[in-house]
Amino acid sequence: MKITICIGSSCHLKGSRQIVEEMQYLIAEHKLQDQVELGGTFCMGNCKNGVCVKLDEQEFSLSPATTKDFFEREVLTRVK
Amino acid sequence: MRKFDTKVQDLKYRVLREVAMHAWKGDLLESIHDIPKAIVPGNEPTMRCCVYKERAILDERVKLAIGGDKNNPNVIEVIDIACDECPMGGFEVSNACRGCLAHRCEEACPRGAIYFDHHQHAHIDKTKCVECGRCAKVCPYGAILDHKRPCQRACKIKAISMSETKAASIDNDTCIACGACVYQCPFGAISDKSYILNVIDMIKKSQNNQRYKVYAIVAPSIASQFTYVKLGQVIAGIKALGFYTTVEVALGADLVAMNEAKELAEKGFLTSSCCPAFVDYVEKQFPTLRDHVSHNLSPMGAIAKYIKETDPTGKVVFIGPCTAKKAEVLKDTLRPFVDCAITFEELQALFDSKELDLASMEEDVLDNASYFGRIFARSGGLSDAVREALKEQGLDKEFELKPIACDGIEECRTALLKASKKVLDANFIEGMACIGGCIGGAGCLTHGEKNRMGVDKYGKEAMEKSMEDAIRVMEIGGSTPDIRKESALFCPLEPQD
Repeated sequence: MKITICIGSSCHLKGSRQIVEEMQYLIAEHKLQDQVELGGTFCMGNCKNGVCVKLDEQEFSLSPATTKDFFEREVLTRVK
Repeated sequence: MRKFDTKVQDLKYRVLREVAMHAWKGDLLESIHDIPKAIVPGNEPTMRCCVYKERAILDERVKLAIGGDKNNPNVIEVIDIACDECPMGGFEVSNACRGCLAHRCEEACPRGAIYFDHHQHAHIDKTKCVECGRCAKVCPYGAILDHKRPCQRACKIKAISMSETKAASIDNDTCIACGACVYQCPFGAISDKSYILNVIDMIKKSQNNQRYKVYAIVAPSIASQFTYVKLGQVIAGIKALGFYTTVEVALGADLVAMNEAKELAEKGFLTSSCCPAFVDYVEKQFPTLRDHVSHNLSPMGAIAKYIKETDPTGKVVFIGPCTAKKAEVLKDTLRPFVDCAITFEELQALFDSKELDLASMEEDVLDNASYFGRIFARSGGLSDAVREALKEQGLDKEFELKPIACDGIEECRTALLKASKKVLDANFIEGMACIGGCIGGAGCLTHGEKNRMGVDKYGKEAMEKSMEDAIRVMEIGGSTPDIRKESALFCPLEPQD
């Protein structure tokens, strides 16, 4: 599974660094390094919402506060 | 009226704008010969002896705007017919000499080259004169003038001489493409080649960034440019031109400073590698110091490489103040990462070729880098960043930084000379070929005292306060991006359209 996080200016200002850090922490905590690949990109063309995150080809809009919830709901359920 | 320092820049801009307008429209081939007449429409000359000469020179400017002479490897070219063949007699005594008693000029001359006629008027014996200028400095009437050509005076590394036809001639083996002569020639007879057609072509063929994405990477000196609108409006304008998004080169600078600090602590002595004109100068004039140049890519290369790793089919266009960058992107270590380099002058022409009204645009955002990455744009900023990078990585305990920030190529030469003789009292050379740093670059729209403040202000507005935090997002894959120059050699070149 690949999670791509937008690190372009707009998302950066909305907290993409915090989301990157949180994701790295959660992946390590659940020992999913072999199953989940993290990557960055500059802009997904959807700057009006929250931080753009892609789970394989599906797009989501996150904030640092909703990251843990997203991880448990979308990521953990798919890797099991 | 756009904000340029000189009418020469304005003329160059008008040519670039016309060329770009036709290129967007797709009728450049048919209309290329009409461009000079569009710029000089009447029968009254405004710049030269007659409209025919004006148009002939404009033809040459059009050639430069569409890429210049393919057989000339230098990105800086002389337009022979535009060169006014200025006098180049060196120091001469003018008729302002009053034949005084003091004869300070005679005393000041180390070569005994000053002699006097029976009216006590000074003269210079050209067989003895070494053009040191001391006589001119001491004359109370300012009667001794330097008739050096402006291009030669601008070229501190002596790459310009006079050809057989008396036009300026550039020695490509010496030239570092800094563009000082381009900015200083009062007749606009020396110019940088333009690659705007490549940019327009890249954007058009991307089909609104559907086939591939075109990224603009902008140098931090942009903070001191386009001051008639807000920076966010310039970023919106870049998008309106058809670029997919804009990324700060300053983020690459953050990465460079962190890596350079490590390399410096390891090796004990280093010069920066950010300024391509400086690196070229070291390679050409101080080959023994070559290995001491940082082995990291420049900030432009670093950020471009990272973008291509996240998007292998993407195209990257550098937009900055620099003519030497146009030469840098042709190097094997950069070619895989940066597709094209243009200047702020050219960006202005592109905006106006599409008649974009930046002032009425909604502001976009630009925020990737830290304060330190952003202040690379002015002299001393890189040294500050390396000091901070040593601290952030806990290397400042074991390694004591002694930087020398060389402001302009003459200061670079002095430091490099000392370093080559091992008598330099510093362990890090920040080499910037332009006075003031990148904000003094030849491709800037304006140059002035306020520019340094503009860069510092922009630096302070960065959301990330440390470089470590700024580059954190690039470590998303688990490791810090590899930005060594040699890494380019393992990167397969993208097939070009």
